[in-house]
Amino acid sequence: MAYKLVGKDFTPHDVVAKVTGQAKYSEDFRADGMVFCRLLLSPMPHARVRSIDASEALKMEGVFGVLTPDDVTPQPDPFPPILAKEPRYIGEPIVAVAAVDETTAQDAIEKIKVDLEPLPFTVDPLQSLFPGGPNARSDGNVGMVFPPPIPATAVQTFKWTAADFAKANEGQLPLGKAVEEWSYGEVEDGFAKAKLVYDESFVTASISHHSMEPRSCLAYWQNGKCFVHGSSQSHTFIIPTLAQYIGIKPDEVVLIAEYCGGGFGSKGNAYPVMAIPALMSKKIGKPVMMRISRAEEYFVGSGRSGFQGRIRLGFRADGRLLAADLYVVQEGGPNTGFWDYRNAGDAVSLVYQPLAMRWRGVPVYGNTPTRTAQRGPGYNQIMCAVEPLIDRAARELGVDRLQIRLLNNPQGGSKFGGRQQTVSSCYLKDALAKGAARFKWDEKKQLSGKRNGSKVTGVAVAQAYHPAGFFGFDGLVRITPDGKLHIHNGVGNLGTFSHSSTARIAAEVLKCDWDNCIVQRGDSRKHLPWNLGQFGSNTSYTMSRTNYVAAVDAVAKLKEIAAKDLGGKPEDYDIDGTKVFAKASPSKSLTYGAAAQRAIDLGGKFSGKEMPEDINPLTKASVTALSGTGLIGVAKDKLPVNGQPAAFIAAFIHIELDLETGQHRILEFLSVGDCGTVIHPQGLATQLKGGSVQGFGMACLEHMVYDPQNGLPATVGLHQAKPATYLDVPLEMHTDAVDKPDPTSPLGTKGVGEPPVGSAAAALLCAISDALGGHVFNRTPVSPDMIVNFTAGRPQSHKPLQVNTF
Amino acid sequence: MADSSSLLTTDGDSAAQDAASRYTRREFIKRVIATGAVASAAAYVYGGLSGCSRKASLAGGIERLISLNVNGEVRRVDVLPQETLAMTLRYKLGLTGTKLGCDRAECGACTVTLDDVTHYSCSTLTHSVRNRKIVTIEGLAGPNGELHPVQQAFVDELGPQCGFCTPGQVMSAVALLKHNPKPSREEARMAMSGNLCRCGAYDNYLNAVMRAAGG
Repeated sequence: MAYKLVGKDFTPHDVVAKVTGQAKYSEDFRADGMVFCRLLLSPMPHARVRSIDASEALKMEGVFGVLTPDDVTPQPDPFPPILAKEPRYIGEPIVAVAAVDETTAQDAIEKIKVDLEPLPFTVDPLQSLFPGGPNARSDGNVGMVFPPPIPATAVQTFKWTAADFAKANEGQLPLGKAVEEWSYGEVEDGFAKAKLVYDESFVTASISHHSMEPRSCLAYWQNGKCFVHGSSQSHTFIIPTLAQYIGIKPDEVVLIAEYCGGGFGSKGNAYPVMAIPALMSKKIGKPVMMRISRAEEYFVGSGRSGFQGRIRLGFRADGRLLAADLYVVQEGGPNTGFWDYRNAGDAVSLVYQPLAMRWRGVPVYGNTPTRTAQRGPGYNQIMCAVEPLIDRAARELGVDRLQIRLLNNPQGGSKFGGRQQTVSSCYLKDALAKGAARFKWDEKKQLSGKRNGSKVTGVAVAQAYHPAGFFGFDGLVRITPDGKLHIHNGVGNLGTFSHSSTARIAAEVLKCDWDNCIVQRGDSRKHLPWNLGQFGSNTSYTMSRTNYVAAVDAVAKLKEIAAKDLGGKPEDYDIDGTKVFAKASPSKSLTYGAAAQRAIDLGGKFSGKEMPEDINPLTKASVTALSGTGLIGVAKDKLPVNGQPAAFIAAFIHIELDLETGQHRILEFLSVGDCGTVIHPQGLATQLKGGSVQGFGMACLEHMVYDPQNGLPATVGLHQAKPATYLDVPLEMHTDAVDKPDPTSPLGTKGVGEPPVGSAAAALLCAISDALGGHVFNRTPVSPDMIVNFTAGRPQSHKPLQVNTF
Repeated sequence: MADSSSLLTTDGDSAAQDAASRYTRREFIKRVIATGAVASAAAYVYGGLSGCSRKASLAGGIERLISLNVNGEVRRVDVLPQETLAMTLRYKLGLTGTKLGCDRAECGACTVTLDDVTHYSCSTLTHSVRNRKIVTIEGLAGPNGELHPVQQAFVDELGPQCGFCTPGQVMSAVALLKHNPKPSREEARMAMSGNLCRCGAYDNYLNAVMRAAGG
């Protein structure tokens, strides 16, 4: 279907501000009388605060006040505290100090006496699961509270037996009891029938989010409201949590978050330190700026969970996967963390459609920074572990690596996971086919293993999955008497431009010229609806639905107003983007501006004086504030749902691996997305490429390293934690899309931000494996020294299940 | 400023004298502001600097009023000995387009040009650039806001994602094209490699550099 706006490129309104330096991020704001805040961080990986004596600090000139754990809103265990009474990782904030400048604040921190009682700690889940092993929390070592409808796993002390450990062979993950599991089909029967069975243990490293903008924050109180200039991927979605942290009602928060310098999941919801400037400002009566340093960002900025896992895969002679048995032990940081380990099971089940599958998981706490979702949590780590094994099976069975994937791939309606959910649409096979044609797979694969001096060619294909949308949020649009369409959008600005690309759905429905539209976003004072945040590859689906239903409501109201004023029934009228007119007699019309004025005069539902009962209280507050300013279109998304919206990527890669140095060079790269109708081609390309760059880092560079003896971090700088640079990525990157609509999305759109990471990471790992004649390292990242060791026939410098390796 | 000036008084005569001398200087600055020649962010002249000890300035009285050539204008500004150019730009001259991503010469978000050569302003002392021509991201657009060709290319290629590293990327691209107007893509990548982008927008940025180079 041809659309006026959807599928077309445009210049998002915030791009010019980004290239001119006019875009204001949190640390770019100033407030009269602003003072500065610094944090006293835990020097121990796990401790109990016995006492805090800040009296000397408070006597210092220029010091305005301190916040201790007793001064901040308490958080229920195991949620991360704002300031910790029981710090559980090195770098966790314990005390905040406000002073005239940062140097004074830092000097004051030196004078604060914090008496800490050291507690046992661990940075290795297997150590914690060993009988008598240390617990990362004083109330246990295992637990997971999110997400519904899966029941929570309570915080508990959970150990395997010594016999479990003894039973595992050297380098194999022990298979002690799991805290969560599901299965379907006859798993052991599948393995019995299989021609080829693998049983492999693997490790994927935890990695930091390292957003370029550290989460600095400015807050002050004015006229009974708390103003927060924060760095957030989301707007309205975080407000209830942020209000809870500050200890006020959601309508007392004014959040200004028009720009966000990267989040990748770590700024999806409000985070504890975001409340510190607000709480400090309340205490001392001055605006408070808290600048977070790069090192501190590595402490409070979250990370992706690492896995120690084991997978059994049973293949039929033709490559069909008969059975899979996955066990994931997750390092989840010291508090709530994220359910990556569950997502890993879903991904294997969906992407390979094993006829029978069992999944087991244990989420273990560790004394390392808080974990949260990072771009494709679990879905991406597991592709790094499994995709190279699929290649290995293809090689042993003599099946083409593309064909083995096509053979196992899902399609629309395919079931997956413990609850045997279905997906709303799936065109992964199309993505693989389109990519293979464009990449010239059949020709390129002939280059596998080709030697050129010390360099060997590797060619590979890989895939990944992520859910691609949610539903049930609110849409809000407004036509003002000047004829402009205002699309109120409560999503954040992570840099995907979906705040505008999804707003174009509303413009499309109302047939408006884009030049006549204003996207209202980024500031609570713009009166925004209840929307989900900008995470989970969801906005292109979720926000398309909300903007669609709001626009449909506005169209209905335009027609009703026309019928009232010009006679006839609403269905006698149509719209053309500037006016509503009688179908039978187009000269009988009202402009959008005139209709907006009439809506104001008519009041009631037309101007927002009345509104649907089922919309969220935050949307209601926004409609109330906007009422009487124009024609209001507002509705909750109750459009039909049929299965989990799902996004898929097929990635193709061609590399050259230098066996003498272990360095690789990516010569060609192509990422093909199944993301439904393409809503914004340029935006899609940036997501596919950007995610792939993160994937290259995940495969071969990035890691979070903690010293097992002292719990000290070794990766608190960009140089050590190693996000990919210009020189780590191919000189040119290419993207494409299947561009087939999802049937449950009004205009067919669905999200796709996350699977590019896992597909590119897996593709690079598969290509390295290909260049090495099929050797699989069962680990991320694969570093050059691992390649050199393998080539030289030397043992690796780490044990197979060892974590915190360089 | 009435409140914060009282914070500058400490016990001891020398400090009080220093405060008095500061007051005089502040009055002087106010007059300069009135003539339109100095910084808009005067409220931050006396505080809020990372790594800039207020005590040091009280004790030594070594904060100096210097002239900087920033974006073609002479700006008069008080600078502490240990003050970095990034902090001067951001907290005293109101030029917040220069970002601090790491404050330790790892990421390049703070890139500015000094005499057309890129520098990390987080790791450049302001006192060391007194006779240099400093250009920041705010200094690129034309007098009526028309975008610099590099900026326009970044818009056309949808270079930025989150945008936080973008000012530094633009500055590196501008400096590159000044010295090498027709770089190869490989040369451009090498020249840009001091600027990190966690969003992974490298390919779009390189496309923009090549577009700006007319290739």
